[in-house]
Amino acid sequence: MGTIFTRFGDGTATTLSEKELRADLEAGTADAGDRGKIPPLSDDDLRHLFDIFKAPQSFLSVEPGNEVVLTYDAGTLKIRRVGVAVDRIQALQIYEKIMGADTMELCHVDYSFKPLKPILTMEQPVLEQALLATHIPLFYGAMPNLGLYSQPDGPFPNPAELMPAGKIKEAQESYEQTVAEAVRDIVFVAGAMHESGADGINIDTVGAAGDADFLAALLASEQLKARYPDICIELGMAGEFVLGMHGGLQYDGVRLAGLYPHDQARLAAKAGVTLFGPVVNTNTSRTSPWNVARAVTFIKAAVAASPVPVHANMGMGVGGVPVADHPPIDIVSRASKAVVEICRLDGL
Amino acid sequence: MALAHGHASGMGGMRAAGDLVARMQMTRGMKIKEAKEHVAGKLKIAVSELTDPVVMTEVRRDLQLGVITPHPLEARGIEAKFRIAQALGIDINCVQRFKGNSGLI
Repeated sequence: MGTIFTRFGDGTATTLSEKELRADLEAGTADAGDRGKIPPLSDDDLRHLFDIFKAPQSFLSVEPGNEVVLTYDAGTLKIRRVGVAVDRIQALQIYEKIMGADTMELCHVDYSFKPLKPILTMEQPVLEQALLATHIPLFYGAMPNLGLYSQPDGPFPNPAELMPAGKIKEAQESYEQTVAEAVRDIVFVAGAMHESGADGINIDTVGAAGDADFLAALLASEQLKARYPDICIELGMAGEFVLGMHGGLQYDGVRLAGLYPHDQARLAAKAGVTLFGPVVNTNTSRTSPWNVARAVTFIKAAVAASPVPVHANMGMGVGGVPVADHPPIDIVSRASKAVVEICRLDGL
Repeated sequence: MALAHGHASGMGGMRAAGDLVARMQMTRGMKIKEAKEHVAGKLKIAVSELTDPVVMTEVRRDLQLGVITPHPLEARGIEAKFRIAQALGIDINCVQRFKGNSGLI
């Protein structure tokens, strides 16, 4: 039995014996099963994962016929982030024509709905112009980012200051007020971009500020769907677990704090979301096999529970992909193949 | 990393039929199997050919659905999206907007 090259969740290289690899896969799926109260992976699934990680190739892919649709969050922002000096419409064309992207997202560098409000009329013409020159479906995306609604950035008292002072009720009231404001902003911006011709709206990094953030995205989706029945909304999560920053918020009679992807997916569909994007966080001190087995377990349960197509988040630090600025393709391709083939995914 | 995922598990965008299958998920909420079958049926090709860039370039050229390297006079951009909407039997938001603004509807 030889050693198997793999990595830790931070991307650091390591080797495992076959026995250690099997043990890490079993521990990863057991951890997800225990936390999410969902079934662990079957023996067949674990065998498939074992083969994926044991394969000596540096790059793996799905078998022909298993390919899926790719959607992108913070699309045009990523071209600017790496310092490529091109306009956003050029960035869309680079993704479309050079990278072979199935879809793409136009976004602003200040990637939250609130700051988009005053510059909306500058954003709409860019989208309208881009839609004339491109072929693939274009999303317009931003984050609810409820952190922008509390002091000093917003009008409401800061729950992060109220909580340590023991002012729990006041902190909860502040969160409730931010939800109403954020919903108004999301509906205003997303509605305008839909009217400008966007193929879809991506409400991204949902839940980053906890259960109030998730509630705002659900309520905004509900309102957008009622106003524009043919709108496509993709809702992508920020983390695997909805943080109970408020603790008591509910949607459709379900308490949001503590929900894992399979429960999040049901609520997203109920709110009118078209595509749901679950997240599973990568643990940097565990191996990639452990992380991928864990991610696959959560996402498989989400796909089984979701009435709408599921596009799993597989960017840096989620879905078993290492937390590294330049994630190594040996693990990215293994994670990609594993989630698509074992979870029966609709997209990434 | 987008390229790694694209090669590992993507449909190839407009090199093949990735954008068309995406449109069925986005406009009809179809899961991947149903979306692929719908597009293959409309284009009268096998599901397995949806990711074949040689077959799809021919199909896209014939139907004027837009290709990576368009020849002079071929449909591109919004022109190709008019054809995509027609071929797939769907409404495309910006195409409807174009028709409205240009007085076509």
